[in-house]
Amino acid sequence: MKKNRINVSRREFLISSSQLGAGFTLGLYLPNAAFGKTVQQGAAEESATEVPEVNAWVVIEPDDTVIIRIARSEMGQGTLTGLAQMVAEELECDWSKVTTEYPTPGQNLARDRVWRSFSTGGSRGIRDSHSYVRKGGAVARYLLVEAAAEQWGVPMSECRAASSVITHVPSGRKTTYGKVAAAAAESIPPDEVTLKDPKDWKLIGKPVKRLDTDDKLNGKQVFGADLSLPGMLNAAIKACPVFGGKLKSFDAAKVSKLPGVRTVVAVEDNAVAVVAETWWQAKTALDALPISWDEGENATVSTASIEQMLDEGLTSSDRVFVGNENGDVKKSLPAAMKTVEATYRYPFQNHATMEPMNATARWTEQRCEVWCPTQNGAAALDAAAEAAGLPVEKCEVYKIHLGGGFGRRGSFHDFVKQAVAIAKQMPGIPVKLLWSREEDMAHGHYHPITKCKLVGGLDEKGNLSSLHVRISGQSILASVRPKSMKNGVDMAIFQGFRADGDHAISYSVPNLLVEHAMRNPPVPPGFWRGVNINQNAIYLECFVDELAHAAGRDPLEFRRALMSSHPKSLAVLNAVAEKAGWGKPAAGGVHRGLAVVKTFGSYVAACAEVSVDSNGKLKIHRIVAATDPGYAVNPQQIEAQVSGSFVYGLSALLYGECTIKGGAVEQTNFHDYPSMLIKEMPEVETIVMPSGGFWGGIGEPTIAVAAPAVLNAIFAATGKRIRQIPLKNIDLRSA
Amino acid sequence: MAKLKINGKIVDIDADDSTPLLWVLREQLGMTGTKYSCGIGICGACTVHINGEAVRSCVVPVSSLDSSQAITTIEGLSTDNSHPLQQAWKELDVPQCGYCQPGMIMTAAVLLNNKPNPTDEDIDAGVTNICRCGTFKRVRQGIHLAADISKRGRS
Repeated sequence: MKKNRINVSRREFLISSSQLGAGFTLGLYLPNAAFGKTVQQGAAEESATEVPEVNAWVVIEPDDTVIIRIARSEMGQGTLTGLAQMVAEELECDWSKVTTEYPTPGQNLARDRVWRSFSTGGSRGIRDSHSYVRKGGAVARYLLVEAAAEQWGVPMSECRAASSVITHVPSGRKTTYGKVAAAAAESIPPDEVTLKDPKDWKLIGKPVKRLDTDDKLNGKQVFGADLSLPGMLNAAIKACPVFGGKLKSFDAAKVSKLPGVRTVVAVEDNAVAVVAETWWQAKTALDALPISWDEGENATVSTASIEQMLDEGLTSSDRVFVGNENGDVKKSLPAAMKTVEATYRYPFQNHATMEPMNATARWTEQRCEVWCPTQNGAAALDAAAEAAGLPVEKCEVYKIHLGGGFGRRGSFHDFVKQAVAIAKQMPGIPVKLLWSREEDMAHGHYHPITKCKLVGGLDEKGNLSSLHVRISGQSILASVRPKSMKNGVDMAIFQGFRADGDHAISYSVPNLLVEHAMRNPPVPPGFWRGVNINQNAIYLECFVDELAHAAGRDPLEFRRALMSSHPKSLAVLNAVAEKAGWGKPAAGGVHRGLAVVKTFGSYVAACAEVSVDSNGKLKIHRIVAATDPGYAVNPQQIEAQVSGSFVYGLSALLYGECTIKGGAVEQTNFHDYPSMLIKEMPEVETIVMPSGGFWGGIGEPTIAVAAPAVLNAIFAATGKRIRQIPLKNIDLRSA
Repeated sequence: MAKLKINGKIVDIDADDSTPLLWVLREQLGMTGTKYSCGIGICGACTVHINGEAVRSCVVPVSSLDSSQAITTIEGLSTDNSHPLQQAWKELDVPQCGYCQPGMIMTAAVLLNNKPNPTDEDIDAGVTNICRCGTFKRVRQGIHLAADISKRGRS
């Protein structure tokens, strides 16, 4: 069946992974491709010389190159390759000819959200889109086979596709995808296609290499900070260091004669930017610019004042929400044979992506365009439109590879709004805004701060009969997405404590009460790789370890007794215990600790091996980690994510802390906010054990088991129970 | 106007004396493979070679350089990803986001020059670059593999 459909122009895919080497060149002319027109109008004028798409997900060039469109963002986690594998699996194409490109969020809107969500967070890239992404590949295959069958005048049912070759089985005739792609593009896609049974997958589950490595080896990979457009100027920015503070005044005359300086502008109500020919000139002038701030009501906020707020919440009955409850803790706890009580704490932490925040914007009264590294192109587009004062149809965002995301570049596009606000004051001129590391440290959306008081009751057999968990502290949702809360409750704070679902507790406790006293200090919180499971896994897994020791029981055996209704969690725990040799002697001075959680839909566990010398120096020797994500799309990338998550998680454990003084973050750069180095990297052994039947996340889950497993191992080594992090503040010499 | 020798070519530089080499590379010469991350010489994302030593270019003022020094950037390490480290990195899929990797590779290249068969302890001492994605496990494997590739190349 023929269709009368206009394809989106290939040329509109400005920045694609396949083209990034040429990204600069493309940037010269492509932003204007759809300037002032709808996408379709722009495309109609240009599509004559271009290869039409087979469908929204697949373009096939005459030379059989397969271009797969990826809506989610690649930020190192490998989703670009994993999602391409899923399309290619159903497409039955030649994997060696696959390349990828990003559609833009503007095209997505213009095409009725054909690529659906652009959001890349919550370890959702693959698990949320596997179904429609595979369908995209299957529909494209259908259209290609149908086109070949039509050309041959044979029934489709007699044709088979494999590795980009279509064969008419009875006659042995063959053709390739590249030869029939143009005809396939003319057909109307079927409404329904049958997806393969997972047992028939050939590409999904294979440890294929990443598609985006080559340019990362020689400096060709273009990140947002590297972008260059003709006539572009560069901006450096400083916002009021005190949260909520405003810009009062600045003395532009003092710097306006400095080399390269073009202008000094107020940005929104709290920041000032210098725009210059080069960024170094802009930053040099900004450092010399006299600025006065109206610091506002938060100028006296400190770590100590926030601590008081959290302490009050540990015992208060005011603004307390229940996240999970069964049995009757208040009756059962007093009846326990033995009770154990402990209070833990988790600090503010910065994402500290290697590439500081940045965005490039060009604004005119008719149109606003933004080039930026973002975890959510659609949200970036909304932010651009809001700041531009233009309808969203007159704006566009071109996604560029991210130099790290970790949650910082997903829900927050403060840097986009600022770039547009600057560009708006210089119509027609592209301006690249790049934050300094110091600005990045001062204006994060920080890992939320919480404390947690836990009281556990043991029965006469040493089993956990009741557990009362009171979390006090900051809600991310209250700050970021208040509309997603129900009756003022932030259920996300109960990650790892929930009764069921993606973030369910791994234990059955006869009497359980988990509460949150919401206390929101005026420091902006954000989603930070792992989100709330980072602290909750420490709270629960270290406390369970405390309970096991109080009961005089082995921590593994104590956990197992609580896990008979949690077979998948038990399986990953058993896997790490067995591989690490739990119960068998470790090397001299080496001690082990365990942790297990279910989070982001996956079951994960870790066993850490550490030693602590007589000077209190910690060495983390090895971590054995197991993950059951249901389906494992690319085991090699899972291994890389698990191993990498421990660097992020252990950096947080060892060093991660932002303290507050005078309403501002005290840390300014990597000298006072360190990140772990290769010399501190433990051996990581990853067990990938997909049990099938569900789709769990990968990017985040294991980060949460690193810290509690190490802390429990430190207890085993020293007898010291560490209840607050980072460890840089703690004397680890034996108790 | 200063002259620098970068990747074997003499180039003219027009920048204030205090401008760090990093920003001359990035903004005057368009060589953006060398990355800005901390600006204070800690993270190593801006690592280049000056006369064969690994140097953090964000803290080297251009005024301290002249054309007698041989500066090599990631763009000059090889023309075709053929350096043993680039081969090893590709074989092992080392990069994740990739932002720190040019600096990581340039640091490792000097390590390998000085110690063709580095031990794990040599790697611990010689590689002090920050990677927030956490590629360290593969970086270590990659350096060992590159040492093997170099040996095969020589034999």
